[in-house]
Amino acid sequence: MSEGTVKKFMFVNRKAPYGSVYALESLEVVLITAAFDQDVSLAFLDDGVYQLVKGQDTKAVGMKNFSPTYRALEGYDIEKLYVERESLEARGLTEEQLLVDVQVLSQADMASLMAEQDVVLSF
Amino acid sequence: MLHIVNKSPTERNALASCLAHAKAGHALLLIEDAVYVATAGGKAALAAAPAGLAVYVLSPDLQARGLGGKAAEGIKEVDYKGFVELVAAQPRVQSWL
Amino acid sequence: MAIEVNGKTYETDEEGYLVNLADWDKDIAAAIAVEEKIDMTDNHWEVVNFLREYYDEYQIAPAVRVLTKAIGKKLGAEKASNQYLYELFPYGPAKQACKIAGLPKPTGCV
Repeated sequence: MSEGTVKKFMFVNRKAPYGSVYALESLEVVLITAAFDQDVSLAFLDDGVYQLVKGQDTKAVGMKNFSPTYRALEGYDIEKLYVERESLEARGLTEEQLLVDVQVLSQADMASLMAEQDVVLSF
Repeated sequence: MLHIVNKSPTERNALASCLAHAKAGHALLLIEDAVYVATAGGKAALAAAPAGLAVYVLSPDLQARGLGGKAAEGIKEVDYKGFVELVAAQPRVQSWL
Repeated sequence: MAIEVNGKTYETDEEGYLVNLADWDKDIAAAIAVEEKIDMTDNHWEVVNFLREYYDEYQIAPAVRVLTKAIGKKLGAEKASNQYLYELFPYGPAKQACKIAGLPKPTGCV
């Protein structure tokens, strides 16, 4: 793809993992999108922040623990991970409890970031 | 930006999150179970909407739920053709699942 | 489909990928390599072991581009090329090396 066609893609993640397939589906689409050299960012808000919580262990529920894959994103040159502060706070979470380096943004900054995207994909 | 919400605000927080991130000049289209918000009884859920947000409701979904013609004042009804026109008029679409 | 190694049968998918990651061992890898017509050298094992470690850490098989870059970091810049990986695995590192390593087919693999 030529440089002139690089677009800003934002993946908006608003669901907790495991209870529905959204979080895993989002991650898979993100990994595929990485092959197309676009400007990709991931936003985590509302229950989506639960996707990044450290210490997930799915052995006993018999599902795949895909949380380690968020740490692979850097190797795919996906380095823009944004987490909404209000969503963390509403759930009693802090940045230290997340399993990957992220940029914590206020709701207002998150709204502005969403508004400047070319494409927003919701999960 | 055209925001689309399809869930009732008493079931999920999609509408609340949408309103918290929408900006003046954006449009909001209520479809499926979000159409209850467009009625006089449900309109309170829109109190947090930013100024300058245009709110639309999909009339076939209102009619299906026995709410035909009951859109509250200030909320514009659109049919499927109007839905397409809204999508075409805004540079981007964001669905709040 | 299935593959038989040392008198035991292991389930594979229709493309020959091992169904259960935990079944994998070096004998199974060697048997899959024979089916792929790959003569396993130390260089082959290095890539296969690298893929196992990558999967263990991240729970995915890497895209080729990511694999090449990560191998460069770990095993030296001279091995960080598509050419090097394709010489070892002519039908593609994703297709063949992942299969021999007992990993699922990589997401977005072409």
